[in-house]
Amino acid sequence: MTNLFLLQLLNGLQFGVLLFLIAAGLTLVFGIMDFVNLAHGVIYMVGAYLVVTFAAMTGSYGLGLLLTLPATLAVGLVLEFLVFRHLYDRSHLDQVLATFGLVMIISEAVEIIWGAAPLTVPIPQILSGSVPLLGPLRYPVFRLAIIAAGLLTALGLWFVISRTRIGMQLRAGASNRAMLSALGIDVRRLFTMIFAFGAMLAGFAGAMVAPILAVDPGMGESVLILAFVVIVIGGIGSIKGAFAGALIVGIVDTVGRIFGPIALKAVMDPAAAAQAGRVLAPMLVYILMAVILALRPAGLFGQRT
Amino acid sequence: MNPRIRNIAALVVFGSFAILPLLAQVLGDSFLIVVATRILAFAIAALALDLILGYGGMVSFGHAAYLGLGAYSVAMLSRAGITDLGLHLLGGIAMATPFALITGAISLRTRGVYFIMITLAFAQMAYFFFVSLSAYGGDDGVTLAARSTLLGQPLLENDTTLFYATLALLIAAYLLALRITGSRFGRVLTGTRENPLRMQAIGFSPFPYQLTAYVISGCIASVAGVMLANQTEFVSPALMNWHRSGELIVMVVLGGIGNLIGAVGGAVIALLLEEWLSRMSEHWPLFFGLFLVIVVLASRDGISGLIRRIGGGK
Repeated sequence: MTNLFLLQLLNGLQFGVLLFLIAAGLTLVFGIMDFVNLAHGVIYMVGAYLVVTFAAMTGSYGLGLLLTLPATLAVGLVLEFLVFRHLYDRSHLDQVLATFGLVMIISEAVEIIWGAAPLTVPIPQILSGSVPLLGPLRYPVFRLAIIAAGLLTALGLWFVISRTRIGMQLRAGASNRAMLSALGIDVRRLFTMIFAFGAMLAGFAGAMVAPILAVDPGMGESVLILAFVVIVIGGIGSIKGAFAGALIVGIVDTVGRIFGPIALKAVMDPAAAAQAGRVLAPMLVYILMAVILALRPAGLFGQRT
Repeated sequence: MNPRIRNIAALVVFGSFAILPLLAQVLGDSFLIVVATRILAFAIAALALDLILGYGGMVSFGHAAYLGLGAYSVAMLSRAGITDLGLHLLGGIAMATPFALITGAISLRTRGVYFIMITLAFAQMAYFFFVSLSAYGGDDGVTLAARSTLLGQPLLENDTTLFYATLALLIAAYLLALRITGSRFGRVLTGTRENPLRMQAIGFSPFPYQLTAYVISGCIASVAGVMLANQTEFVSPALMNWHRSGELIVMVVLGGIGNLIGAVGGAVIALLLEEWLSRMSEHWPLFFGLFLVIVVLASRDGISGLIRRIGGGK
């Protein structure tokens, strides 16, 4: 039981780290630009598809990953230039509509280019084994690599945001965008950078899970909504909040699916517990979100407005 | 919108729907009725959304959940041997009310971007609930044994009767929404959209008004779900997919927000466009998405502004 719990905890951590990569860019866009971006999930999907293609072209997952990063950065830049740039001072409703339109366009374009059938990319040789944990328990190296990469990215983001000039501008933009602009910072250029960088992080996340998930056109959607939950829990505009929220959501979702039914069995008869557990487990993170919102409407790390 | 113009528009829209079955008979195209019933059902949901989006300023991205609740009420009650349409409608409302009360009370503690994301998340929660509800087919959904009965008779098995029943419900919902927005309650709601702080200053707490409107809107949307389930005789979680919620917003905005009849017109435009594009190409969402992006980008103050400008004046 402890072993199973440890295993699921690691899986949850891995999922959480992934959610963090997606939510990090999204929360900055929401917080600093007060912009609703529904198209973030499809960029994660595009990242996964690109790594499949690039890995097949170069014959190496590592090279494919290296190519995917600038490619998704470019996708972010192009989208910002063509669409998002014109929507910053529009109503939320317009932003919802336009980015919803983008989701339809990109999802369909991906289906036209790569087809609707799920694709796979093999796990690279050096990361393919598994390492022993406790006793007979083993854990895949590749998942550990994802956790490590995610944590390193979080550390890097923390450094950039709290220790560099750009980070200072970001934080200032999150609290008062007009004032920052009045102080002579080119806020538009800052926005473009955040957007493109956020897209790259989402693409990175997509590229990293491609070997352990089936890459299909629907993969961006469930993740997008979970990223929203992460942001709401953590507080809009807060990277720290996104990190905490992502780990909470990742672990609660993963562990809840396995241990929810087991915990219910202690109080109900097994058949009913299995049924109730199956129904309740996917709802767990949303219930958690509701509870946190009821207690702290601005999220865990959000500033009260 | 000028009330006289709105009344004329409403008469034209509902009148054209009323004579549609005749047209279908002349053309010998029975499929027309099926498409039109679908449009009418979605128009009910769009109308419900316009009530809170247009008049209350609440951008709910989770209204598809209420479609699903209405539809599952048909599936669940039918399985329990209750087949009457009136009871199915009541069942949908009985499910929508607590869901709207709870999720609305939590969502309304926030506003703006938060509200959009939270309503979306709650709708997704409902979606996953029904996906994992294996007693009703889970992800695959469940086929209804028969349509709802009216006065104990299987009258709705006839497509034309179902069409008229849906039209009657749409008109009833429209009149109800018209009464609500014209009432004191509606004025307060509009006031909270314009400036919640001032409403508070003159003695109205926005929250109970917004929550009541949210619940009413959810209940009306569940009616749409009941009719959709009857039309397709099939209920699945796909009905409450977040794309549906997005499409409902598209309908409301296409028709112009905050005038009720516009939402009905928007449902007609959006679904006809969808129907037409899907006949032209299997990749129709690509073109629909392009249409949305271009329309939003092309008009400075959004689609509603474009329509206002074409329509002339405010």
